[in-house]
Amino acid sequence: MSNTAIPAGRIIRFALLSLGALMILAPYIFMISTAGKTQSDIFTAALSLVPQHFYFAENFAKAFAKVPMATLLWNGVVVCGLIFLFQVVVAIPCAYAMAKLKFPAARLMMVLVMLGLLVPIHATALPLYVAFDRMSLLNSYTALVAPFTISVFAIFMFLQFFRAMPDDLLHAARLDGMSELGIVARVIVPNAWPAVTAFAIFSVVAHWNDLYWPLIVVSKQAYATPPLGLMYFRAAEAGDDYGALMAATLIITLPLVAAFLLAQKRFVEGITMTGLKG
Amino acid sequence: MSSVAAVGIVPDAAALHRRSEGRTAWLLAAPAIVLLLLFVLLPVAAVIFLGFTDFELGYGKFRLVGFENYAHLLNDRTFRRSLWNTSVYTAIVAPVSIVLGLGVALLIEGEGRARGFFRTVYFLPVASLIVAMATVWQYIFHPTIGPLNALLSLAGIPGPNWLGASNTVLYSLSIIGIWQSIGFNMVLFLAGLTAIPRELYAAAHVDGARSALDRFFLVTWPMLGPTTLFVVTISVTNAVKVFETVKMLTDGGPNKASEVLLFTIYQEGFVYLRVGYASAMTVVFLAILVVLMFLQYRVLDRRVHYT
Amino acid sequence: MSALSLRDVKKSFGGNAILNGISLDAEQDEFIALVGPSGCGKSTLLRILAGLDHADSGEIVVGGKDMAPVAAADRNIAMVFQSYALYPHLTAGQNIAVPLAMKRLSRSQRLPLIGPLLPGQKDIRAGISRDVHEMAAVLKIDQLLDRKPGQMSGGQRQRVALARAMVRQPSIFLMDEPLSNLDANLRVHARGEIVELHRRAGVPTLYVTHDQAEALSMADRVAVMIGGNLLQLAAPEAIYNDPAHIEVARFVGQPRINILPAVADTGFVDFHGIRLALLEKVANGPVSLGIRPEFVKLAPDGRSGLAGRVERLEFLGSEVIVHCRLDASGDAVIARLAPHEARDLIAGMPVGVLLPSEQAMVFGPEGRRLRIENTAAPARQAPAYV
Repeated sequence: MSNTAIPAGRIIRFALLSLGALMILAPYIFMISTAGKTQSDIFTAALSLVPQHFYFAENFAKAFAKVPMATLLWNGVVVCGLIFLFQVVVAIPCAYAMAKLKFPAARLMMVLVMLGLLVPIHATALPLYVAFDRMSLLNSYTALVAPFTISVFAIFMFLQFFRAMPDDLLHAARLDGMSELGIVARVIVPNAWPAVTAFAIFSVVAHWNDLYWPLIVVSKQAYATPPLGLMYFRAAEAGDDYGALMAATLIITLPLVAAFLLAQKRFVEGITMTGLKG
Repeated sequence: MSSVAAVGIVPDAAALHRRSEGRTAWLLAAPAIVLLLLFVLLPVAAVIFLGFTDFELGYGKFRLVGFENYAHLLNDRTFRRSLWNTSVYTAIVAPVSIVLGLGVALLIEGEGRARGFFRTVYFLPVASLIVAMATVWQYIFHPTIGPLNALLSLAGIPGPNWLGASNTVLYSLSIIGIWQSIGFNMVLFLAGLTAIPRELYAAAHVDGARSALDRFFLVTWPMLGPTTLFVVTISVTNAVKVFETVKMLTDGGPNKASEVLLFTIYQEGFVYLRVGYASAMTVVFLAILVVLMFLQYRVLDRRVHYT
Repeated sequence: MSALSLRDVKKSFGGNAILNGISLDAEQDEFIALVGPSGCGKSTLLRILAGLDHADSGEIVVGGKDMAPVAAADRNIAMVFQSYALYPHLTAGQNIAVPLAMKRLSRSQRLPLIGPLLPGQKDIRAGISRDVHEMAAVLKIDQLLDRKPGQMSGGQRQRVALARAMVRQPSIFLMDEPLSNLDANLRVHARGEIVELHRRAGVPTLYVTHDQAEALSMADRVAVMIGGNLLQLAAPEAIYNDPAHIEVARFVGQPRINILPAVADTGFVDFHGIRLALLEKVANGPVSLGIRPEFVKLAPDGRSGLAGRVERLEFLGSEVIVHCRLDASGDAVIARLAPHEARDLIAGMPVGVLLPSEQAMVFGPEGRRLRIENTAAPARQAPAYV
């Protein structure tokens, strides 16, 4: 590495990264620019990024008029929130029992967890759909939430985390007279906070984005999640009014992107957590 | 319990204690076990069972048909097409997004001040609603009003009908798939890179590894082994599970040129409601996942862990 | 001309000076220990020498050649790292072969997969393998060559790291605390071995450690670095008996040297009846008096010496460390006695503290050693006590 090669290498590296970044950002740039264009602008000047007539207000108004945006976002929040809540409440005690108690079935549980990691919702969707249909539970929050209340990934992640916790902490809590449930609630949960937030991000990103399962169990606007709602809107608009479509897209993408930009470090941590391997 | 022990029946106390701890453990794990049975194990068993039936939703009765569904699958042109398309899609998206993810991670790792900015940018697609971004891509790929073809026509190249022609649709979807997963792979590789001890690079310098390439092959690549294995696993399974973009943009068309596994299963099971037949497909899908896992963890795992 | 010379090497990180102009010469065959508390800059100096860091200013000359424009890879300087930095995916044999492969194989021949297929390298690889086996025989690690670092003990790893450093016959040997990750028994054993290997290699060795015992026992010369300054570079005996600076005196020696506040007045230093004549001009004012604990004697009857009190006794088997406090000044004084000398002492009892003026050293207000009369060959003379 001679002295002159360093700046040249740095320039090339920066140029490459910038070029790549531009390609990654291109869809966002076009989304924002198109959301402000009139129909005629869209048809004539695809490459001009700044709209000739600022049409943002009209496009957003159209999007809000045709898409029940509030309902969609509310459904998204309720579904993701409930899923996350159940996953954590179910997984933490189980992971604690497996990690720190003399659990006769721990090995069996480990096998189940490993098997579970292999099975995506796509593999279990058919019988679950049949069952929900029989119980007339289609088009309900129950149908949207129930299959995800158990997350083997959550168990797996918390298990790793709890194993690293010192046993002495639990011994001390027992000596202080806490019950096992009390230990979980008052010692384990507060200390598991980093793992819980990381898992929260992983879980919310996964379920906020999911189209497959909502598409199967929901056929009414009232229970549509954001991806499903966007799909309905697009089908209804026949995909031609790109200005309004981009406006809707922008609104629906915004919450998660904003959350990401605000809590970037946590996001990356949460996603990287999936890289934890036992 | 300690008072019992003090009286002098220590072994019994220990056994009692163990039993009570076991009982607590069962109690704590019970909800998870029940839900695991209900939503994972039972459905998987049901899928396997349904695969041997001619069950259709809406008809009350069904009968066992043995391997008839599977025999049918072998000759099902749509299914074969769908398997082929999924393989092609995976064969493009997984390697390209892994290589680019690693490349970007290496470039960002060496970057100074702009590091955080680039990491944010490349990661953005992971945090974006893919269904929404798919519609943006549809606009970009639009044959007449899309910016991509407008750009190409500036250069005098007649742009293809990206998502509308059967010879380009799979590649167009692959571009979206790659765009979406580079950032994810990059973040995993970045985590892997920071875990490499700095002293190894110092040792490589002192040992005479002059060029960056030498140091990459001597230190970086071997030390990234476990990360790479994990990225490969995730990338391949994610590519095999492609569905959202297909459902959103092409509905498997044109001419089934973008039929992929999950889309075909979805059509069969939830649109045509032929649950038995779709279950057989699901079993094949599950088998593919199992084989992939097995390959990765049995064959490759031994090569990338050194301790 | 010396084999290695450093001229006024300076380095700072973000405004913090790490190295304040270090100059040092090493002869061929010389073993120099760089010793100092952690954060004193000794490891930075080593990394600059190896080419892993760059000095802000100053010169590094090896064998008459300026090293500034030479990359680490081309310096032919070998280094043993604290963590050994063995490549975990390579066997011991492959680890040792790396420097040779980098030197002898061409760029394309080194490529994975394709490299081994290219022509004209069979002989080179055979030569490398021969040299690796020879080196392994010297270090008695023949039986380890096929093992990976993860399957070896700390001591074995340390030997492999040494072999990797020595195999390409470097022009300089650098070691960065190579024994700090070994357990105590192994460490003492390994000291002798490293000295032996150094003799065999016959090239200057710079050995960084924070352990003064290691430095004193292994090195031909010891360089004491504190706060980015090289305070003294001398033979181990001189470092201990004739420190040039108060910090050197403080750092070297266990238990620590006694430092007592004294006053310089018109060419004399006074401390409660001890009077020493200064050989150099010093402004009147406070100075420091240093006396090693082994020279302090205690009179249990309290009839001679300075009045004091025993505070605490540490029994260490072959010796007893006695912590006292002087009544008059409140200063702490440590005495290192043979067990029989300490037999009658108990904590809390009054005692006479005998400080031999012949063994006293005087340090100026900025820490520099001041010459005084009657301090030639201090360790040999029978001390006279006040």
